[in-house]
Parts: sequence; C-alpha cells; structure tokens
Amino acid sequence: MIAGPLIRSLDRGATIFLTICAAATILIPALNLLTPESFFLHVPTYLVALFGKYVCYAILALSIDLIWGYCGILSLGHGAFFALGGYAMGMYLMRQIGTRGVYADPIRPDFMVFLNWPELPVYWYGFNYFAYAAVMILLVPGLLAFVFGWFAFRSRVTGVYLSIITQAMTFALTLAFFRNNFGFGGNNGLTDFKDILGFNVQAQATRASLFAASVIALAICFVICRAVVTSKFGKVLVAIRDAESRTRFLGYRVESYKLFVFTLSACMAGVAGALYVPQVGIINPSEFAPANSIEAVIWVAVGGRGTLTGAVLGAILVNYAKTTFTSGMLAPYWLFMLGAMFVLVTLFLPRGIIGTWRHWNAERQAKLSAAREDGAAVGEPTARPAE
Amino acid sequence: MESRTTTSLLYLDGVTVSFDGFRALNNLSLAIEDGEMRAIIGPNGAGKTTMMDVITGKTRPDLGDAVFAGSYDLTTLDETEIARLGIGRKFQKPTVFDMHSVEDNLLLALAEDRSARAALVWQENEHASRRIDSILDTIRLKPARSRLAGSLSHGQKQWLEIGMLLAQEPKLLLVDEPVAGMTDVETQQTAELLKEINKTKTVVVVEHDMHFVRELGVKVTCLHEGSVLAEGTIDQVSQNDRVVEVYLGR
Repeated sequence: MIAGPLIRSLDRGATIFLTICAAATILIPALNLLTPESFFLHVPTYLVALFGKYVCYAILALSIDLIWGYCGILSLGHGAFFALGGYAMGMYLMRQIGTRGVYADPIRPDFMVFLNWPELPVYWYGFNYFAYAAVMILLVPGLLAFVFGWFAFRSRVTGVYLSIITQAMTFALTLAFFRNNFGFGGNNGLTDFKDILGFNVQAQATRASLFAASVIALAICFVICRAVVTSKFGKVLVAIRDAESRTRFLGYRVESYKLFVFTLSACMAGVAGALYVPQVGIINPSEFAPANSIEAVIWVAVGGRGTLTGAVLGAILVNYAKTTFTSGMLAPYWLFMLGAMFVLVTLFLPRGIIGTWRHWNAERQAKLSAAREDGAAVGEPTARPAE
Repeated sequence: MESRTTTSLLYLDGVTVSFDGFRALNNLSLAIEDGEMRAIIGPNGAGKTTMMDVITGKTRPDLGDAVFAGSYDLTTLDETEIARLGIGRKFQKPTVFDMHSVEDNLLLALAEDRSARAALVWQENEHASRRIDSILDTIRLKPARSRLAGSLSHGQKQWLEIGMLLAQEPKLLLVDEPVAGMTDVETQQTAELLKEINKTKTVVVVEHDMHFVRELGVKVTCLHEGSVLAEGTIDQVSQNDRVVEVYLGR
C-alpha cells in the first residue's frame, strides 16, 4: 500500500540521485578499504570522513528544503535540531567510554567527575543503550519542534517573525548548553569518543561504515521527502506556501500541515546531527550557533529551494568550497566569499542551480512542443490533397 | 447543536465592526434565504468586504450575531471551521494557486477529508477525476487542464476560482466582484454561470457593475457606511433617492 506512492514519487531526477547514492555507498568505502594507497583511485580515510560530514550536512539541507522550499517556513534555527540529535548520539558515545576515561569512572563521564557530581543525572539514564539513544535522536528534536511549532503556527506566526524566533530558539540553546551545570559538558561539549556499537570510532572500517550509513540515511530521507511532496499533502504544502489564507478558506487546517512537516523535518535534522558527531569526533555548544543555521539555509538557496536534489548539491558544493578555501591563503576571506555567493545567487540565480536548470529545461520543452504544434498546423493543408 | 432560531440560511443581526474607531460595519442586519441569490452593491468603503470577512471568520465583530443555517454561531468559529460548514468564498482579487495546474487547484478544493493524515495517503480515484472533469466543463477550462494556474488570463482565473468554489460543494457561495476586469462577453457568461449555480446553491454576489447586477435580475441590497441603505429589485433600489445621492455624491 505504501510502496505504490513511493515508486510513483520517483521521477528521472530522483532515480539518478538514488543511483548516485547507491554508487557512493559501495564505491567510496570499497576504494578506501580494498585498494592500496598507491592505487590512483584510492580514497584516503580523511576524505571518507570529510565526505561523510558533507553527507550529514546534505541531510540537514534536505530537511530545510522540505519546509522552506515546499511550505515557505524559513527556519533559521534548524541547526538546533541537528545539534540536539548530535548531543543524543554524543551521550551514547560518552557512556561507551566507561573506564577508559581520564578518571576511569565506569558510569560518569569525565566532566561529571571533574565537576564533583556524585551520580549520573536522570536524563543521562538509558544512553548506554544504542536503541534508547536512537529513539532519543528522533524524539528530542521532534518533540522540541512539535512544541515550538504548536505554539508558533497556532498563533499564526509566519514569515520573518517565525525566522527570528527560530533564531532566538537556537541562540537560547547555545547559551544553555554552554553552562556547566546544564549537564552536557558545558563549553567543551562531548568528545574523546572510543566505541560505537562495539567498534572503534577511529578505525578505518568504522569510518567507511559511518560514511555508508550516512549516504543510506540521506537516500531514505530523500525518498521520504519525495513521497511527502508528491502526495496530495505536498500539494497542500505548496498551496500554503503560495496563498496561506486562501488555503484556510478552502477548509484546510493549515497549522496541522505545518506542524507535521516541521516536526518531520526536525527529526531528519536530528538524524543528520547524530551521524555527524561520530565522524567529526566532537559535539559542543558552537553547533547551536545561529550562524550555522543561516549557513545551512544558504546551501539550500545555492542549490535551489523546492527541488530536494538542489539542497543536497548545494550543501556539498558550498562545503567543498569551504574546505578548499579555508585551508589556503584565502582562509581569512571565506566569510566574504560565502556572503558574496549568497548575494550573487540571489541576484542572478534566484532559483538556485537545480532550480534554474529545471526552469531552462521546462522552457525548452515548451518551445519544442509549441514548434511541433506550429509544424502540425502548417503541415495539415499540404497533407490533405494527398489523401 | 442549538435549536434552529431562524429559517434563513444566513442571518446577520446588528453586526458592528470598528477598526481604530472607524465603523466599517454599523449595526448591519441582513437575512439570506436558502436557495436565494442576492446582489450586494454599495460605494467604496460601504463595508461589503468587511461583511464577507465577518461571515467567513476572518474578522470578529465587536457586536451582533452572525448565524448560519439557524444554528451555527459564526462569530465563534475560525476560517477553517466555517469553510467546513459549507461557506465558500471567492475573493475580489482572483487568488488561485499559481504554481499548481488548473486540475490540481480543483483537486485541492474538492470536498474531501481535509485532514493532514488523509492528504498523506490520498490516492487518485475515479470519483475525484469525474468531479474535476465536470467542473472543468462548467467553467470552460477543459483545454487548460494541465496548464499552471499562474499562466491563465485574468478572466480565466476568476472562473477557475468559481470552479474551486463549486468543487468545495458549499451551501452558500460568497462571490466578491466576479466580473472585475472582464470583457463584456465574459461578464455575460459569468452571469449565466452564476444563475446556473444558483439552481442548487445559495449565492451572495458583491458587485460594482450595475449592468451585471441587472443581468442577474435578483434582489439587491445596497450598503452604505456599514449598514443597509435600501433593499429590493434593482429598479426599486436604483430609483431610491438616498441610493442616487450616495452613488452620485451630495
């Protein structure tokens, strides 16, 4: 019953995208693990981790595109959901350290021993089990988004006002997580991870597996997004984006639609954060920084909002550029370049890369079919006498 | 549900709405019977659009009652609830979903379960496509079926919006200036279309175009400064001294 709409939702672009995902899942780990370093196609481990990071960013971009591109909700605080998913994963990884920490306490992570906390706080219970952490990765960002969205959408907060309060939300969380007595490692955050599911996080094979898991998660999120936006629900989302009050007068409960898609999007961002943390080896309050969320919105704008594949492309391209330019002599100018990129895209490619490409394609198709109709009209009179 | 207090389909009594001291509606009373078509006329600022806003839940009146089908208090319901009761509204400026095809615009308006859950699992079905086909025939947009609504002409958009109203299967249609910006032929066709619709539904038309109102040939209510100035046939109303005074200036 579910399979039908899922298959129908996959057009040519989506099929190409999923094929690339499948190829990346197999090829990159294989080229990393199975080929010698001297082989010209060998993928070094640091690159695998770097690509893994980009893929996590791509999932975050996808989640933003779902709400911004299709429903017009511009969240400037999506980094918060990403970071919360990351913290949930970080807590699991901290509990796996066990006696290998500096203070060798079997239960309490190092920072709690250092702060002289007598015992583990209740909200850290259960994080020694991966399954529990996995549930929290979805539940915590989802619940925050649900409560936040319930109040915001019911009060009909829209547009720039909503953007500002999402920004305030992520800023508030930055401040909270910076505090030592908040119980999440304060300024230093959570780091020094050892194992994930019994495998060494630093090991080459674990890194390759985490990369593959990230790409698979990206593919799953993409399919879910496609299924949502191609359903009637997706049509209602676009209707809300373009004429919210008209949609209300048609009898749609706009708040419910926004709430569902916002919560779904937050869960995806949480998964992205959870996969990100073991690959970069640290999660700290700077992940909540408002600037991070804004940057993620820029990725989507560059790639093309309302296209899904564009969000992924934008996230990977901008981050690849960031890696390239922040490691050379141009490093001090990166933020200027990022700003310039956003301004230029807004001015000259308002549809983003994929959006512009699709627009060109659609126009060319329209011209071709118009030409064909003209041709038929001209051809008709000459065809008749021959009959 | 309370017991029925009036036989009218729509009953406004003593409705007053003020914006910063300006009385947009002033003790307005109006009764629309089931199956009736009513034309509402009045100069700019007479309160026609505000009246529509009150009926559809966009604006809450300061005073007065607005009762639908004798038992629903419209002043306590929001836009969504009122739309679901069966009151459909066509806006002054045509508002269709530009980025959707004509067909999808009608699909969104079709009287079906509006819940988010139903929309997620919705599948194409025979009944829906037959309804859409018949509406496309009525509004003469069948050839434009898969075109983006944003690419339609002004008149076509007006019709698409009327089509969306029909798809909602409302009991009461509120139609705000349906012929604004239309050619004479289109105006004529729109009048016919509304008369056709009125065979099964109650219709309230707000219009400036006196020619069009005459064409409709229905009871006319003239509003002025937020209350009813005159009511009757178009000839009675247009011969009313006060109406002439209001329209031509003192």
